[in-house]
Amino acid sequence: MILVSWINGFLAAIGAATLGMFASIGRVVIFALSTISHIFRPPFYPKEFAQQLLHIGYFSLPVVGLTAVFTGAALALQIYAGGARFNAEAVVPQIVAVGMVRELGPVLVGLMIAARVTSSIAAEIATMKVTEQLDALTTLSTNPMKYLTVPRVLAALCVVPILVGIGDIIGIMGGYFVATGRLGFNAAAYLQNTADFLEIMDIISSLVKGAAFGVIAALMGCYYGMQSDRGAQGVGKATKTSVVAASVLILAANYTLTELFFSA
Amino acid sequence: MINVENLHKAFGDNHVLNGVDMSIGKGESMVIIGGSGTGKSVLLKCILGLITPDSGTITVNGKDATKGDRDAFLAQFGMLFQGGALFDSLSVWQNVAFRLQRGPLKLSKTDARDVAIEKLRRVGLKSDVADRFPAELSGGMQKRVGLARAIAAEPQIIFFDEPTTGLDPIMSGVINDLIREIVVEIGATAMTITHDMSSVRAIADKVAMLHDGSVQWTGPIDQLEHSNNPYLDQFLNGRAEGPIEAVR
Ligand SMILES: Nc1ncnc2c1ncn2[C@@H]1O[C@H](COP(=O)(O)OP(=O)(O)OP(=O)(O)O)[C@@H](O)[C@H]1O
Ligand SMILES: [Mg+2]
Repeated sequence: MILVSWINGFLAAIGAATLGMFASIGRVVIFALSTISHIFRPPFYPKEFAQQLLHIGYFSLPVVGLTAVFTGAALALQIYAGGARFNAEAVVPQIVAVGMVRELGPVLVGLMIAARVTSSIAAEIATMKVTEQLDALTTLSTNPMKYLTVPRVLAALCVVPILVGIGDIIGIMGGYFVATGRLGFNAAAYLQNTADFLEIMDIISSLVKGAAFGVIAALMGCYYGMQSDRGAQGVGKATKTSVVAASVLILAANYTLTELFFSA
Repeated sequence: MINVENLHKAFGDNHVLNGVDMSIGKGESMVIIGGSGTGKSVLLKCILGLITPDSGTITVNGKDATKGDRDAFLAQFGMLFQGGALFDSLSVWQNVAFRLQRGPLKLSKTDARDVAIEKLRRVGLKSDVADRFPAELSGGMQKRVGLARAIAAEPQIIFFDEPTTGLDPIMSGVINDLIREIVVEIGATAMTITHDMSSVRAIADKVAMLHDGSVQWTGPIDQLEHSNNPYLDQFLNGRAEGPIEAVR
């Protein structure tokens, strides 16, 4: 008897959690569709858009650069060590290039953007919600979706692919410095091998992933910010949830896009 | 002008508004009084459409407030929020001139700034605060910037949520006069929430008292003292004993 009721309770909990998950996915999808519909209807706020380009793009450069250079460098060491077991040390430039451009560049930049941009968007908008600034915007005939969400999402869409491109290049350079400095590769040959091996599709996939991750990061920040509960706790929870959601979605989207681009 | 009928709103099982009826004529100044947490702010937000009521009707100028063009509807309103609700990413003058810098009322930057500084002067703030940010102002100053923002575009209907809370008595007097002036000069319709009885006497044409989710008493200001309403009586005299339970 006890076992039966325990199992019932367990199943009910799973059911409730599953329903809750679908409900929140539904709300996120509705939010995304509403954002898209607002992109094309005036009024537009070019000044806010420009400001966000700067915030999301330019100010993220240092963290993107540092992440990429260290990752590229570590990657070169590991590939060299791993390759040495098969007498294949020479593949370092090719594998570093493919690894950075296809996967690590976009994923690491995406996660860094989730940490840096999603959190700050969520905290800012949640604070605005808690202090009635969103209500004030509405009463001043300004739609928060148009004034806050659209500029952030569009700016991320434009600027994160560029960040990913920069991250790819810096990551490859990180591998290059380690390979030429520590592992005895010839500098010119290393660059030549990298350039020969990379295909145009690799680069396109990298940038497409960047665009997708940028949109996810900005959208999650805005969504959870606007959903925030009241009080300082509400802001904290909104920020945390937005970063977790953005990170998980970025990794899931990365897998999906890799399947689309490379599995055929 | 504004008609509220049988308005209900609950948050979960907290029934805040339980059948509120209220009507305000054009050019009238209505003051809403009532204990803390009785839903005065919620009532204003329902009229503005910031909170969706559970049931009841709200009409403004004979039109259903929940239907039709939201932008045109909200363009008639100015609202001072209880907490100020200033945009902290914008400077003080940009806050005040927010509506004058975009939309159909768009002015040039210098004109908008001039209007903002003039409105700031009317709420007793000097032009040197114009370029500061809201976080650098005192609570009472923030409130007055919020007031300046609410009146900047000279709306026909203005809601003031506790305009004088946190101000010194002299500044309260200035703000009371200002609200009275706006109603008389511009002919605006005003709805003010306040706990300050001197404000009530200075501003109100009509008074409504909210308690237990509905309007317990409403009438012109000169009948306030002779209402024989036990709720109003207890409130005006600030007694702990009476129909309003003070300790819950
Ligand atoms: N967004 C909201 N979510 C949940 N509950 C709310 C919300 N807004 C208001 N309430 C509740 O509604 C009730 C009335 O709140 P309201 O802010 O209208 O009070 P008030 O009459 O303006 O009080 P005060 O004079 O202290 O400002 C309170 O119990 C409050 O907890
Ligand atoms: Mg209130």
